[in-house]
Amino acid sequence: MVRVLYDGRLAVDIAGIKMKTPVTTASGTFGFGLEFQDFLDLEQVGAATVKGTTLEPRSGNKGQRAVETPSGMLNSVGLENPGADYFLKCTLPDLQKLDVPVIVNIAGSTAEEYGLLAKKLDVEGVDAVEINISCPNVRHGGIAFGTCPLSAAEVVRAVKANTSKPVITKLSPNVTDIVEMALSVEEAGTDALSLINTLVGMKIDIERRSPVLGNVIGGLSGPAVRPIAVRMVYQVAQRVKVPIIGMGGIMNADDAIEFFLAGASAIAVGTANFVDPRLAETISGGILKYLDRHGYRNIQEIIGLALPR
Amino acid sequence: MTKVIAEAKVIGQRVLSRDVRQIDFLVPSIAKHALPGQFVNVQTSRHTAPLLRRPFGVANVDRENGVLTIIYRILGEGTQLLAEACSGDRVSIIGPLGKGFDLKAKKPLLVGGGLGLAPLVYLAQCFCPEPVSILMGGRTETELFWQQLFQDLCEAIHVTTDDGSLGAKGTVMAMLPELLQKGGYDRVYVCGPEPMMRAVAAEAARNGVPCQISLEKYMACGIGACLSCSCGGVHKRLKVCTDGPVFWAQEVTEW
Ligand SMILES: Cc1cc2nc3c(=O)[nH]c(=O)nc-3n(C[C@H](O)[C@H](O)[C@H](O)COP(=O)(O)OP(=O)(O)OC[C@H]3O[C@@H](n4cnc5c(N)ncnc54)[C@H](O)[C@@H]3O)c2cc1C
Ligand SMILES: Cc1cc2nc3c(=O)[nH]c(=O)nc-3n(C[C@H](O)[C@H](O)[C@H](O)COP(=O)(O)O)c2cc1C
Ligand code: FES
Repeated sequence: MVRVLYDGRLAVDIAGIKMKTPVTTASGTFGFGLEFQDFLDLEQVGAATVKGTTLEPRSGNKGQRAVETPSGMLNSVGLENPGADYFLKCTLPDLQKLDVPVIVNIAGSTAEEYGLLAKKLDVEGVDAVEINISCPNVRHGGIAFGTCPLSAAEVVRAVKANTSKPVITKLSPNVTDIVEMALSVEEAGTDALSLINTLVGMKIDIERRSPVLGNVIGGLSGPAVRPIAVRMVYQVAQRVKVPIIGMGGIMNADDAIEFFLAGASAIAVGTANFVDPRLAETISGGILKYLDRHGYRNIQEIIGLALPR
Repeated sequence: MTKVIAEAKVIGQRVLSRDVRQIDFLVPSIAKHALPGQFVNVQTSRHTAPLLRRPFGVANVDRENGVLTIIYRILGEGTQLLAEACSGDRVSIIGPLGKGFDLKAKKPLLVGGGLGLAPLVYLAQCFCPEPVSILMGGRTETELFWQQLFQDLCEAIHVTTDDGSLGAKGTVMAMLPELLQKGGYDRVYVCGPEPMMRAVAAEAARNGVPCQISLEKYMACGIGACLSCSCGGVHKRLKVCTDGPVFWAQEVTEW
């Protein structure tokens, strides 16, 4: 039973995933969701998108994994996770007890691996899979799937062929033409898009004269990337038919509204969860206030309002 | 034991040395539950820079009055902003976080250096009136204020400095072997720079004395969600912010 919240005014349906509010969480910034239960009611979140999951457990990168940068942060966690089997056995049962859609973010190093993972996760309790295509493709010299429209489409097809769940493809912003990528994965059958993932960056410790992160480079997130994210959502929303989950530096309801106006049908809170672990719940209230203040009946009415007519 | 996010009120700030400060917060919801070895995550700015909270060990707690104390070194922007906070200012704090020290020692030896001494103040306080000894290592005599902080809490204070300006010359390792051989200690608690903790843990192991270490890793969330702080454990990966920061020395295989 889906409990109705906010009189249904914030309800959205993203490719069949029924959300009470369009406020979801960004993968890798919300753990498995359960870590936040001291701070918020998970059932008041639109969907819990959990940590990136791989077929086998991964221990992640060595050395320092995160560092703050101007209005943002770099991370190079390296997809540390206990693996899909552990997730299914030890974490999913706890999540399943809650009335909140669970989206599992998946990563692999070949298209087949993504397919196998999708099949494994095609179980009750998982409401959708989100493909992280920002991973290196081992068959193509480690170039990220997400920077090559053909490799990205190949992954989407492999996942679609192996699951009955809605498939969300999470685009990497580290490309020249985000629209080309979006069209390619839409053509391959993705049911929705998430954008954006982190931007590749680095920081050097000038006293030690060496890179700060053990992995040298990492992913930039936080308010610093928001203008890029808004621009990408705005460009992609004009060309695709599938719904978009917008994210990148959202710190409050006003930031979230920007994404809706740019054409996103839902949003995700990422880095901001670290600053205020209640945010994924409290932003919804702020969105409702905005709707009231401007006389809109529901969230649907503002999606894409800033797009060219 | 639940963690909370609370608006703390600054009630005082004390200059301990050129770059070290003590700040007292009125924050009963956290002070009530904080145990020695746990830490808090402090928001140093309401703007987007500094963005992330800054972690600090709990340096003391006055349960009755709801006061939580931290001792910090001014290093960068976040701690600089904290140093500018005035009495009456509100600061958002999440805590208490992590797992603290095991308190079952009969004759504990505390070993620390630099800001690693901060959580040991609260630890010594919790052992009182049981006799506690502390071995502290510093660079020069400018770190004398620590001695004053431990004076009323410890029966014995041993000091080493790199330049010999105070106590024995050298690192804590100049004194530790003898203390462990003759002191009859049943537990070593160490918090300080990594090389110090490694050397102390190894020496404790040689003497068959159980040893707890308190690790410091860069933390983005402090609540177990981001895996910035993970390290290798004997049976599984460990998160310093939720499985630690205090660990038994032999629990951690890769720092
Ligand atoms: C569990 C834990 C307990 C701590 N307890 C204390 C304490 O009691 N007293 C104290 O003075 N300091 C403590 N620290 C370190 C303290 O968090 C950093 O000194 C502080 O975050 C620096 O912030 P800044 O903005 O002033 O400096 P920045 O400009 O951010 O950085 C200055 C230096 O501090 C390091 N640093 C920054 N952020 C962190 C972080 N999140 N974790 C670890 N290192 C960091 C950076 O690598 C850099 O070398 C603790 C750290 C941890 C992880
Ligand atoms: C610590 C950290 C870990 C992340 N892990 C993942 C991941 O496993 N899979 C993924 O698709 N995105 C991951 N991301 C990217 C976020 O989900 C999000 O797309 C990005 O951070 C932009 O949003 P933000 O600025 O609000 O954080 C991670 C981000 C951070 C900060
Ligand atoms: S700091 Fe985020 S998991 Fe420990």
